[in-house]
Amino acid sequence: MLYSPAPMHIPDGFLSTLVAVVLWILSAGVIAYALRRVGKDLGERQVPLMGVLAAAIFAGQMLNFTVAGGTSGHLLGAALAAILLGPWAAIIVMTTVVSIQALIFQDGGLLALGGNLFNMAVIGVAVSYFVYTSVQKIARGQKWGVFVGGFAAAWLSIVVAALACALELALSGTSPANVAVPAMGGIHMLIGVGEGLITLGALAFLYAARRDLLHIGEAAPAGGRAVWVGGLLIALLLAVLSPLASAHPDGLEWVAEQKGFLDAAQEPLYNIIPDYLFPGVSNDALATILAGILGVLIVFGVALGVAYLRRKQMTDR
Amino acid sequence: MHHSIEIKDLSFTYPDGHPALQNVSLTIAPGEKVALVGPNGAGKSTLLLHLNGILSGQGSVRVCGLSVAKENLARVRAAVGLVFQNPDDQLFSPTVFDDVAYGPIYQGLEREEVERRVTSALAAVGMSGYAQRVSHHLSAGEKKRIAIATVLSMNPEVLVLDEPTAGLDPRARRGLIRLLGGLPMTMLVSTHDLAMARELLPRTVILDEGRVVADGPTEALLANAALLEAHGLEMP
Amino acid sequence: MHIHFLDPYRSGSSPVHAADARLKFVLTLAFILTASLTPPGAWPVYILLFALILSVEILSGLGVGYVLKRSLLALPFVLAALPLPFTVEGRTLFSLPLGGWMLTASLEGLARFVSVALKSWLSVQAAVVLAACTPFPDLLMAMRAIRIPRLLTAMFGLTWRYLFVLADEALRLMRARAARSGAETGAAPSASLRAGGSVAWRARVAGGMAGSLFLRAFERSDRIYAAMLSRGYDGEVRALPPPTFTAAHWLTLTLGLTLLALLLGFGLLFWG
Repeated sequence: MLYSPAPMHIPDGFLSTLVAVVLWILSAGVIAYALRRVGKDLGERQVPLMGVLAAAIFAGQMLNFTVAGGTSGHLLGAALAAILLGPWAAIIVMTTVVSIQALIFQDGGLLALGGNLFNMAVIGVAVSYFVYTSVQKIARGQKWGVFVGGFAAAWLSIVVAALACALELALSGTSPANVAVPAMGGIHMLIGVGEGLITLGALAFLYAARRDLLHIGEAAPAGGRAVWVGGLLIALLLAVLSPLASAHPDGLEWVAEQKGFLDAAQEPLYNIIPDYLFPGVSNDALATILAGILGVLIVFGVALGVAYLRRKQMTDR
Repeated sequence: MHHSIEIKDLSFTYPDGHPALQNVSLTIAPGEKVALVGPNGAGKSTLLLHLNGILSGQGSVRVCGLSVAKENLARVRAAVGLVFQNPDDQLFSPTVFDDVAYGPIYQGLEREEVERRVTSALAAVGMSGYAQRVSHHLSAGEKKRIAIATVLSMNPEVLVLDEPTAGLDPRARRGLIRLLGGLPMTMLVSTHDLAMARELLPRTVILDEGRVVADGPTEALLANAALLEAHGLEMP
Repeated sequence: MHIHFLDPYRSGSSPVHAADARLKFVLTLAFILTASLTPPGAWPVYILLFALILSVEILSGLGVGYVLKRSLLALPFVLAALPLPFTVEGRTLFSLPLGGWMLTASLEGLARFVSVALKSWLSVQAAVVLAACTPFPDLLMAMRAIRIPRLLTAMFGLTWRYLFVLADEALRLMRARAARSGAETGAAPSASLRAGGSVAWRARVAGGMAGSLFLRAFERSDRIYAAMLSRGYDGEVRALPPPTFTAAHWLTLTLGLTLLALLLGFGLLFWG
C-alpha cells in the first residue's frame, strides 16, 4: 500500500460532537479569512500554484523512507508549504490536502475534519511560520537560517499539532490527558525528526536549484504578523496546557462539566426515563440481551431483504 | 479584410537577460497554414505565447485585427486557440467535459450553449462520448485530441499548436494529422516533425536564435539541405 | 505506469452509484453526525445504524468485504481510546494488579470504549461507500452546491487532477532510488533495511526527491497558469450552476434525514 495513514488524522467517533463542531467553526473561520488573503499575496496565479503544490505535498507524502525495523517516516508538509508559499496560501494548501485525504482515502473523519484541519492546516502552518520567520530574523539572511529554521519549523509543527490532537481527544473524553498527551507528544517528537529531515532535504534541493522559490513565502504577506503572533501563542499555550492537563487528567473534563455543556442537552431526558434501558423491563442485563437479540435480527432481516431485492433487480434486467 | 496574425518587430528578453526574440516580423493571412520550425531554444514557444498575450514584448502583435493588449485580451484569447505541448498541462480539470467547457464558461455562455459547444468540439476531434471521462486515464493521443477540443469549443479563428505530434506513436500521429488536415481555420504549428509540415502546412517559417531566418513555401525550404543544416534541421 | 489504484471510485450501475452526489454527500454527513451524537451504550441504535449502512453497502454492489476491509483503516486509532475502560469510574469489571498499582476496568468505561470504536467504524464505512460510489468530480459539484467556497473547490479539483500525475512522478523517483540502492550480495536480509547509510542520509535523499517534486510542480503550475489564461481565466473561479435539485431528490433527502433523526431520537430518549 503506497498510501499509509499518519497517526495524526483523527477518525470520526473519537471527538465528541461538541468538540468537533467547535473545531469546525474555528477552522472554517480561519480558512475563510485565509481565502480572502491569498489573492493579495499571489494574485491570479494562486489557483494553479496552490492546486499543484497541494498535489505535490500529497505525492511527497508517498516518498517514505525507512526509519528502523519496518516503520517509516513521511511528510506532512505544513512547514514546507508555509516556507514556500507564506502562511495564508499554506493554510489553503494544507486544507486541500487534509480534506482530500478525508474525502477520498478516509484518512481522518468528515465530522472530525474540522479538528484535523485545525491541527494540521491552522496550527501546523501557524507554528511553522512563526518558527521559520523567527529563525530567519536571527540568522539575518544567512544560509543556515533557512535550514535550521526549516528543520525546527517542521519538527515543532508536528509536535504541537500532535499535542493539540491529544488535548482535543482529552476534551472529548476519549483519551485521558495523562495518557494521550505524553503518548502523542512522545511519538511525534520522533516522527517530527523525520518530518524535519525531509523538509531539510527538500529545502536543500530547492536552495541549490531555484533559490528564488524560497522567497515567495517571505515577501511580507498581508497579515503575516497576525499568523506569527498566532503561532507564538499556540506554541506557548500548548507548552503550558499540555503538562498541566497531563498532571490533572480530569481537569479538562472537569472544566467541561463545570461549564455544563457535556450534559446540557441530555439533562431533561434523564428525568423522562430513569434507569431503564428498555421501557417496562427493569432488569438491565435482560434488557441489554433483549436489545442485542432484537438488533441482530433487525440487521440480518434488513440485509437479507436488500440482498434479495438487489438480486431480483439484477436478474430482471 | 484583416490579417489573421500580424507581428511587427517583436523583441522579447526573459527576466534573466536571455534574448528570446529579436525583431521578429510575420504576417499570416486568413486560412493560411504555416509551420514554425527551428532548433530547441530558437524561440518558437516564446513566440506562440505572444499571440495570446501571455507574454508581451516590444513591438506590435495584432491578431484578427485586434491589438494584443490588456483591453482586448478576452477577445484575443477567444480568437486564438493555443494548444500547448504537454496535454497534462492543458487538461487541468477533473473531467474531459469540465476542460472542454472551461473556455466557453469563461466566455460567459449559457449552460445550453456550453453543452452544445462541448458536444461539437468533441465530435470534431472524434472523441464523442468521452465527456465524463477522467483525463488521467486517457492515452497520449486521446489527451492530445481533447486538448485540441478545449480550444475548438471557443470557436477560434486561429489555431496555434506547439509540437502537436511530439510523443505520439505512429498511429496516433497519423490520426492527428488527419484531424488537423480537416480543420478549416488559420493554423500556426510549431514543430520538429518536418514530414508533417510537408504534408499539412504549405508555408514554413524557420526561426533560429530568436530571428526569422527563412520564410517560404514548405517544399522549397525543405529541399534546401544547406539551409536546413545551418539551422540544426534535417530533411524529412 | 499509471496509478489507478489511488482512486477509490469503483464504477457500477447500482442505485447508490446513480443517486445524486449532493444527496449522498449530505446523507453521509448526517449519518456520521447521527453516529457521533448517539449516546454511549445505546446498542440498539448502533445496530440499527449498522443495518442501515450494511443495506446501502449491499445495494451498492461494492461487496461488503471491500467496504469492511477499507473500513479497518481507522482501526489503529482505537489505541487512543484504549485507556477508557480503566479511567472511567463505574461498576468493576475486573482488576489487574500492576506493580504497585491496581488497574481497574469498569463496565461503563468498557461501554464508552466500544461505543467510540463503533461510532468510528460506522462513520468510516459511510465515508468509504460515498467515495467508492461517487466520482470525485460529482463530489466537487455537491460541495459547490452546499456553498463551499469556489476557490476551495477549484483547488480540490486541481489537486485531485494533478495528484495522479505527480504520484506517477513520485513513483518514478522511488523506482529510480530503488534501482540504485541494492544491498551487497550475501549480506543478511536485515541489511537491506539499513541499506543506504544512516537514517538522516536516507531522509535527506527522500527530501531531495520531495524537493525535485516540488520544483517540477512549481514549473508545471506556470504552464498550467498559461493554459488557463489562454482560455480566458481572469483570476476568478467560474463553474456552471449545478443541475436542478428535483422534488424527488428533496423527498429522498427528507426521508433519509427523518430516518436518521428518528434513530437519534430513539437513542437520546432511552440512553441519553
